Amino acid sequence: MIVKRKKLNLWERLYLPAMIGGFKVTLRHFFKKKVTLQYPEEKWVVPEGYRGAPYLVRDQDGNTKCVSCQLCEFVCPPKAIRIMPPGPAGPVADRPNAEKIPLEFEINMLRCIFCGFCQEVCPEEAIFLMSDYSLTGRSRQEMIYDKEKLLALGGEHAGIQKWKKKAEEAGAQESFPVKI
Amino acid sequence: MTPSQTIAAPPPDKIKVKVDGREVEVPRTVPDPITGKPIPTTMIQACAAANVDVPHYCYHPKLPVAGNCRMCLVEFGTPALGPDRRLVMNPDGTPKMAKSPRPAIACATPISPGMEIYTSTPAVKQMREGVLEFLLINHPLDCPICDEAGECKLQEYSVEYGKAESRFIEPKVHKPKAVDLGPRIVLDDERCILCTRCIRFTRDIAGDDALGIVNRGSYSTLTAYPGRQFDNNYTLNTVDICPVGALTSKDFRFQMRVWFLKETRSICTSCATGCNITVGSREGRIYRYEPRENDAVNACWMCDYGRLNYKWIHREDRLTQVQSPKSRVQGRPATWAGALAEISELLARAPQGSVAIIASARQTNEELYLLKKLADKLGAATDSIPRSGEGDRLLLNADRNPNAQGARLTGICSADMGGRIAEMARAIEKGAVRTLVVFGEDVVKHGLGAGLLGKLETLIVSDILPNETTKLAHYLLPGCAHVEKRGTFTNAKGRVQKFMKAIEPRGDARPEWEFLHELVSRVTGQQGDANLEGLFNRMAKEVPAFNGLAWAGLGNTGVTVSL
Ligand code: SF4
Ligand code: SF4
Ligand code: SF4
Ligand code: SF4
Ligand code: FES
Repeated sequence: MIVKRKKLNLWERLYLPAMIGGFKVTLRHFFKKKVTLQYPEEKWVVPEGYRGAPYLVRDQDGNTKCVSCQLCEFVCPPKAIRIMPPGPAGPVADRPNAEKIPLEFEINMLRCIFCGFCQEVCPEEAIFLMSDYSLTGRSRQEMIYDKEKLLALGGEHAGIQKWKKKAEEAGAQESFPVKI
Repeated sequence: MTPSQTIAAPPPDKIKVKVDGREVEVPRTVPDPITGKPIPTTMIQACAAANVDVPHYCYHPKLPVAGNCRMCLVEFGTPALGPDRRLVMNPDGTPKMAKSPRPAIACATPISPGMEIYTSTPAVKQMREGVLEFLLINHPLDCPICDEAGECKLQEYSVEYGKAESRFIEPKVHKPKAVDLGPRIVLDDERCILCTRCIRFTRDIAGDDALGIVNRGSYSTLTAYPGRQFDNNYTLNTVDICPVGALTSKDFRFQMRVWFLKETRSICTSCATGCNITVGSREGRIYRYEPRENDAVNACWMCDYGRLNYKWIHREDRLTQVQSPKSRVQGRPATWAGALAEISELLARAPQGSVAIIASARQTNEELYLLKKLADKLGAATDSIPRSGEGDRLLLNADRNPNAQGARLTGICSADMGGRIAEMARAIEKGAVRTLVVFGEDVVKHGLGAGLLGKLETLIVSDILPNETTKLAHYLLPGCAHVEKRGTFTNAKGRVQKFMKAIEPRGDARPEWEFLHELVSRVTGQQGDANLEGLFNRMAKEVPAFNGLAWAGLGNTGVTVSL
């Protein structure tokens, strides 16, 4: 399609009137109340339910909640999550009964799109999208957060302690009719 | 046509039944999985023939029927008989059905002529839901930490027939967890649904009556015989057939979630039986071998020895660089192109009879065929190294070479494998043989000592792992494990079976058939086939024993040739 260029009239071709018009707008805003944030000195207050960077959390007893089920690794659309399961010889879970804990857990924050699928899929309520939205680093490597870093950033998240409950229930149970 | 004729029409050894309205003809009897004696065909087998899936836990086609889980309940009807013992007919001329008031377990109920099986009625759905609800009463729902998750029948059927919430408010019965059942098995009793598949397998197939259930009701607990370990060479098969995550493999425990594993059809290389396997790998790492069904070879099983024999593939000291005399001087790896050019020139110049070739019966048929071709051109003596151990009555063969028959059929060795080695040693000693080509065998250990190899002008070695022979090699060509290439093996009974590539070779290593093809083309001057299919088909034409075979015709389970 060919767009016909409109011929400018004399007033428009004069240039100055348009300039003055522009300055008027600027001046008007100069004396108005400011609406922009003085970022980065001034930080935005993140609303409730905001989906920022995903971090791992600990329960109220300070134990790692993640059991290395790798569902988040599977569901993550940009494949930002890498988990190394413990294997038979790896670390045992810090909670009784949970049996399993990741040997290593990495999220590549350069890949993460903050979609929240990991939080949604996690059967252990171990990963949450928190309020951090501006992550920086000086190298790509620095932007891959490891387990320690994710746990430190995630902090504590109290909730149902199902593995603890199971262990308690098993302990309270009368012993078996025939011991094996 | 009289009504009685409608029933008598099919041949006596076949029965016609209808599954969900679809007619199928199935044999009246099938062989008993253990004794092989004919036993009546059951409804679940008829359903399988009609491609109708009946959910089940305790039934396994290769085990005796137990009928304890009740998951396979179906409704059925049989042709109604009048007082005159004749079929009652509908107005439209079809036999009238007498629907059974009670359901039946499809896994243990024999079929009868004219029977109709209904697997998708509302009642059947309700029964499945009921059975599942009971199974889940005390189930721990450990899925996040359970190795079975992703291939668990309880999970699968829960999706189809389960409820989102439990109506059971009492605390669950807790049973022993992470029980050390034997050297290779961990048992989680809470997850066990008491189907007894493992018990039947180890008693009837493995012949080691080691497992049983103790206690009663919700306390029923699977256990090994008191004071005994569950330890035979077939224990890991119970992990495969356990429909839930009660029996798990120590080797695979917490290694990787199954949904990440890429499955590749392959063959076990640990003995001459050639059990069909599925290789589970992720991103270049092998995580497990599992048996793959092939009734002509291994049914659904494999031995623990073969199953766990994969770790060496990931050894750190794998050979990954091509070496030549020049490259050793320069202190950096040689290139394939350079090394192959030098070797082919050297072999082409070698006088007739001055070369000897030792191949390995762990190589594929195609590779052995190429080596034989090379040997024929050079007038070279060839042989291979026998490898034996103790066999058993089930699968494990005393011959531990996966392709001993292939070595014989391609003419690499005679029926007496290794019989020509002593002669070769003498020829090297005398100086008659001045170039030795060794593939995949540490010949220093097998009669050609380091001193003898030192007498050679040229020693060309291809191997996967370093050993005494590779240390002495002038030319070293890094090869591949079978999971890193494609090819075929011929098992002890003459079954030619193919295997596919699961992972990439390490470093500069290349599949042996690839560089052997190049070498043979250069030395003989004949253009061969640079792809495996073509190579196999050419071999099938040229090697009498393989006549008539084609790569495409091998299928997933192979073809038997006469030995
Ligand atoms: S928020 Fe989305 S992209 Fe980021 S780690 Fe979770 S699943 Fe992956
Ligand atoms: S889904 Fe949750 S428990 Fe599972 S690996 Fe991810 S963070 Fe851990
Ligand atoms: S046996 Fe199946 S349902 Fe039970 S915990 Fe394991 S995966 Fe989940
Ligand atoms: S351990 Fe597995 S195979 Fe054995 S009885 Fe229990 S559920 Fe069945
Ligand atoms: S499969 Fe029929 S009762 Fe278990």
